[in-house]
Amino acid sequence: MDTEITLRVDGAAHPLTVDTRTTLLDALRERLRNTSPKKGCDHGQCGACTVLLDGRRVNSCLVLAVTVGDAEVTTSDGLAAGGQPHPLHRSFVERDAFQCGYCTPGQVCSAAGVIEEARAGWPSAVTADLTAADAELTDAEIRERMSGNLCRCAAYANIVPAVADVAQASGVRR
Amino acid sequence: MREFRYAAATDPAAAVALLAGEPSGAFLGGGTNLVDLMKLGVATPDVLVDVRTLTSREVTDAADGGLRIGAGVPNADLAADRRVRERYPVLAQALLAAASGQLRNRATTAGNLLQRTRCGYFTDVTRPCNKRSPGSGCGALRGLHRNHAVLGQTLDGPGTCVATQPSDMAVAMVALDAVVQVLGPDGARSIPIGELHRLPGDDASRDTTLRHGELVTAVDLPPMDMPSRYRKVRDRASFAFALVSVAAALRVEDGVVADVRLALGGVAHKPWRAAVAEGALRGRPATEESFAAAADAELAAATPLPGNGYKVPLARNVVVRTLLELTGGLA
Repeated sequence: MDTEITLRVDGAAHPLTVDTRTTLLDALRERLRNTSPKKGCDHGQCGACTVLLDGRRVNSCLVLAVTVGDAEVTTSDGLAAGGQPHPLHRSFVERDAFQCGYCTPGQVCSAAGVIEEARAGWPSAVTADLTAADAELTDAEIRERMSGNLCRCAAYANIVPAVADVAQASGVRR
Repeated sequence: MREFRYAAATDPAAAVALLAGEPSGAFLGGGTNLVDLMKLGVATPDVLVDVRTLTSREVTDAADGGLRIGAGVPNADLAADRRVRERYPVLAQALLAAASGQLRNRATTAGNLLQRTRCGYFTDVTRPCNKRSPGSGCGALRGLHRNHAVLGQTLDGPGTCVATQPSDMAVAMVALDAVVQVLGPDGARSIPIGELHRLPGDDASRDTTLRHGELVTAVDLPPMDMPSRYRKVRDRASFAFALVSVAAALRVEDGVVADVRLALGGVAHKPWRAAVAEGALRGRPATEESFAAAADAELAAATPLPGNGYKVPLARNVVVRTLLELTGGLA
């Protein structure tokens, strides 16, 4: 059933008529031709479709486009403001944190979310002291917090330092 | 995916009224489970009433010293809430051990409680499943059931079902004696969380005691002054459902168990309150021997299947270890 919506993506508003069944991922890729978020499993298990919704990382394959409302959608493309790569884009290249690159836009959006969550002091399942005032992003913390993003090339060993570099530069404890 | 109408309501009462007139409709929270089940053809609502932003997204202090959790509070926010981290560590740990960061950002408190089983026969419409298609049988009973229930299953008859309830959060809330606030077509009611989820009995299609059109609006946590913790055992270190989990709280006075709460996850069609073990522990010495005897007493009722017998000793050992940790007997 068709519904009229306006999606706010990477700083621009896009009026669209979508079938209610359309996911945010499909709206981005098939209607707006923003192919930066990828369709991997389409079931919220691989993280390739990760985008930021009002700054928080979510699986866009499980979000119905009709539910997005006025929320600001940021894709990996949108993190490159003015065509300038985001620090995470640079660190993924510098650390050789991918091979095929298919999961990378999702990894980058997820990492951006991880760093913001750590700055907000959120703990994780491997945080020893739940009541600590601020969060540390040790390698173990990064691995746990990034577990919603699979990399079938298994570039994890380089993804962890790529995230760590930017976390450190952002003032997050390591 | 089946076509559906999308309906937004202005407040919870309007959402309840809307769904009351739609027998094949469903409430939509974060969608992390429902949208997936719709893609799989397992859930086929013809109307979705979006309640994600209708119910409260706040955690508020209750007059009794407890907390009221709005039904719309995302799992991530609840886990990060400082009051939860300090006073209800079992709940924060359960939330943090569940799903992924992306899913926790989107999933709501009510949706987490009401998520469906991850039994592979339930989620595959080509297989028999009494939960999805009553009367079709249970594929797991003689199929793949390594991850399935060892307590309280229905092993024959039309209700046959060996599925588990997948929520970690619910297991912690059961140990905390939470109370679920519900708004329905006939008004509001409170459900002790131990009475929310049900065993399959003779109707595996019903996960809970909620009636059609009833909307979870909040979950109340009573005050908790005992140390508590959650321990989850799974096949990989992160982002996997529990094989077995334990939510426990323990108060020891003069070496004796003064009070204890114990609930198990991954072992039954509902979060399993280990009331037998609790009864066996109160007034007993807080020792490994007491903990093991209590766990054995609880698990004496287990009816494991050929492929999941490992869960019985696993549950026993996780109970013992978790209680020992709460006594400070294990680092």
